Amino acid sequence: MLENKKVAILGDRDGVPGPAIEECIETTGAEVVFTTTECFV
Amino acid sequence: MDLENQQRVKDLAEKHGKDNLVIILGGAEAEASGLACETVTNGDPTFAGPLAGVQLGLACYHILEPEIKDEIDAEVYDEQVSMMEMVLDVDDIIDETKKYREMYSEYTE
Repeated sequence: MLENKKVAILGDRDGVPGPAIEECIETTGAEVVFTTTECFV
Repeated sequence: MDLENQQRVKDLAEKHGKDNLVIILGGAEAEASGLACETVTNGDPTFAGPLAGVQLGLACYHILEPEIKDEIDAEVYDEQVSMMEMVLDVDDIIDETKKYREMYSEYTE
């Protein structure tokens, strides 16, 4: 499903941070085009 | 979802095509995750940001959802996410994200 897709990551400082999600998505064949880590506090 | 990121998502959808862009969330709470999913599918519900009234209909998932988790290398997922998976309210987060995706996403496979 993710293969060959472009992925934008909206991580959360108190949940799963952007760079952690990016490491995961890079194993799926998708291209990460944007990563951020929001802070909802 | 902060206004700067709304603009980023809007620009990326225009650049790469709405059918080609997938949003992955890492939110700690169900409500915030649902709100982010609503924003990138049906527009900003607070009408404050660049996505107010903009229905992108993007595919949007939380990193904890099985559809995404199953595509990730298990060892990497374990290293990067499994610790948070133990402390977050996974079922609520998934339910809330899925609710908005099913209502408003036009590009979910």
